[in-house]
Amino acid sequence: MRKIEPFLALLLAAAMITAAVTAPWLRFVLTIALAKGIAVIGILLLLRAGQVSFGHALYIAFGAYTVAFLAPRYGDAVVLLLLAAVGAGLLGLVIGLFVTRYRQIFFGMLNLAMSMVFYSLLEKLYHYTKGSDGIRVEIMPIAGQTLDRVAYEWWIFGIAMGLAFVLGFLIRLYLSSPMGEALAGIKTRETRLEFMGVPARGVLLAAYVMSAMLGGIGGAIIAMTSRHVTPLLSYWTSSGELVFIAILGGAGGVLGPFLGAAAYELVRIYAAASFADAWQMILGAVLLLVILFAPGGLWGMAARVMKGRAQ
Amino acid sequence: MTAPFSRRDALAAGFGAVLLPSTLSAQPAQKPAEFKIGVTTFLSGPASVFGVPSRKACEMLVDQINASGGIAGVPIRASFVDEAPGTDHLVGEFRRLVQSEGVHAMFQSISSGSCLACTPLSAELQKLTILWDCGTQRIFEENRWQYAFRTQGYGTPEVLAPLLYLLKHKPDFRTIAVINQDYAWGRDSWELWKTGMDAMKPGVRVVAEMFPRFGSTDFSTEITRLLALRPDVILSTSWGGELVTFIRQAAERRLHERSLMVLPVAEASMPTLGRSMPEGHIIGTRGDHWNNHPSPANPALFNGLVNSYRQRFNEWPIYPVHHMAQAMWALKAGVEKAVAAKGGGWPSDLEMANAFRGLSFPTPTSTITLREDGQGLEDQIVGLSSFNDRFPFAVPKDMIQFPGEQVSAPVGQKSTDWLKTLKPDFIASAGARIG
Repeated sequence: MRKIEPFLALLLAAAMITAAVTAPWLRFVLTIALAKGIAVIGILLLLRAGQVSFGHALYIAFGAYTVAFLAPRYGDAVVLLLLAAVGAGLLGLVIGLFVTRYRQIFFGMLNLAMSMVFYSLLEKLYHYTKGSDGIRVEIMPIAGQTLDRVAYEWWIFGIAMGLAFVLGFLIRLYLSSPMGEALAGIKTRETRLEFMGVPARGVLLAAYVMSAMLGGIGGAIIAMTSRHVTPLLSYWTSSGELVFIAILGGAGGVLGPFLGAAAYELVRIYAAASFADAWQMILGAVLLLVILFAPGGLWGMAARVMKGRAQ
Repeated sequence: MTAPFSRRDALAAGFGAVLLPSTLSAQPAQKPAEFKIGVTTFLSGPASVFGVPSRKACEMLVDQINASGGIAGVPIRASFVDEAPGTDHLVGEFRRLVQSEGVHAMFQSISSGSCLACTPLSAELQKLTILWDCGTQRIFEENRWQYAFRTQGYGTPEVLAPLLYLLKHKPDFRTIAVINQDYAWGRDSWELWKTGMDAMKPGVRVVAEMFPRFGSTDFSTEITRLLALRPDVILSTSWGGELVTFIRQAAERRLHERSLMVLPVAEASMPTLGRSMPEGHIIGTRGDHWNNHPSPANPALFNGLVNSYRQRFNEWPIYPVHHMAQAMWALKAGVEKAVAAKGGGWPSDLEMANAFRGLSFPTPTSTITLREDGQGLEDQIVGLSSFNDRFPFAVPKDMIQFPGEQVSAPVGQKSTDWLKTLKPDFIASAGARIG
């Protein structure tokens, strides 16, 4: 399965590009899906260690607000992406030092608390953040090039796609490195790791900081795409959405988050378009079906199909 | 920008068997078989108290307009989008409706945040956009929009009119407390009120500024504090279920006997509150469309709207119903004006949008003019809550009507700057008693 993952990724990318070419509005939806996919790789890292974070929307919102605040000053998408990643990484380091002491439900809840603190700050510091009305992000130059709207949207889509590949590749390498394998050790038996001389907290902290950076990058792309940021980005429902996508996509490989994100966004948009009143129910039903009949998520389903064919 | 693809086609194509050029923008405008509008409104969440009635009203009006020949002979079809999932979803849906469904006009939104996010899209996608309900003053004060128009009043007149009413009704008050929802409208409306109040009646002491969490269900702490502080006036621009809860809990503890309440967005909560709304408090409706309007400009149209809504849905219309109706009538007036200007030919998107600038359209109660910046001038009527035999809920008495132009910030001025220039003698000259 690992061998054909790159081919599947290329196939998915080709499908996305085709869809984006045929229907311009899908380009927007798929850019958001890619951004969320990048953020969900972060969730996947923590899932490898058996930890679920219910607060990773914090890093998405941090990345998005970094773009919103700094765009007038350093108005270049490349610079802002770097700043969002580094900023989210630093924030992740500070918060990670606290939360990586805890496991399981405590880990999840502490993350949730942190993201809700950030949400409240965004709402309360009304004069800086404009509260729930949010901040508008104007079209910005990319690597010094001033672009018109359509070209800009294509570029952001391309950047998201490129980053998805690069980051997916790096995380794949990381997961098969000793540091990455140690994450699974945290899930099964942490004390054994310590006996082997591997500091479990350090391993988890490294993964946590990485996941925060991925969240920051995802958030920055979301801000550059939707071009309007609101505190809702860091609300607990957004964190739930990330976990939802992770479950939907499956935690088996780095392609899972992207499968999950694309499926999630498309199901939501088609459900909302066809049944404006009942889209939540449809989304919920999809998740229930996945949990009940495909515990490995879409990735697990794909893996089973491939296996069946190989036999 | 028109995409030749509908949602269903995109699905059928299974992502990619067919490649077609994404823009065919140079097409001459042809008279469409149906006039499609995309409506964004809250269909879930707390603000669905406004969203669901507005959707019902929209469906009813579409049926009525189609039964009488449509807009310029073209029947209308409305599709709805839920605002509740947040900005990135809504912005995506806006694009889908314009680029894939090929709507001819967008109606958006209830939330100010949604409006701020979507109005720039009207310029980017060059599509006529009617802001049918949101109230933020930021839209037209911070930017100019060629394709966006607001067919009702906005935050500034909706706060200033109740303030002027208070200054006329109880000129000697000395202390005030505010209890607003903790989000943009709660903060903005208080800033507008405070600026206006400080200009026209300096020296009022603000004894408490309370912003309970958005979506609160328990106001006992706030009420205890208000009972202890005994402010002369309590302002609350809260709405929906929260306002109902606050008033019920406050009435339990007789808060309304100690302080005069000013509730600029009260009307929509009155049917729910029924007889538990205390009498003699200042209530507003974000406009002039009270169910007991004493002298509507077109009584037949007014009663027609109210009665057909009641008959069809078995409930009284509230202000979002009227705002939706205003948007619909504005659309009809504007599009028909554009068609007439073209001698019966179908106007392009730009020609259609241009027809709305300076457009005056009749509403059942009055006339609304869309200013050159796109902002509509809607009259405001404020009164004191009271009961009569016609309605099972509170309606205003001793009403004062404030002409929209008098209480809106002039074109090109920021609301807070303009409110600072108001003088105490404005109080006596503003508004006129009706009924």
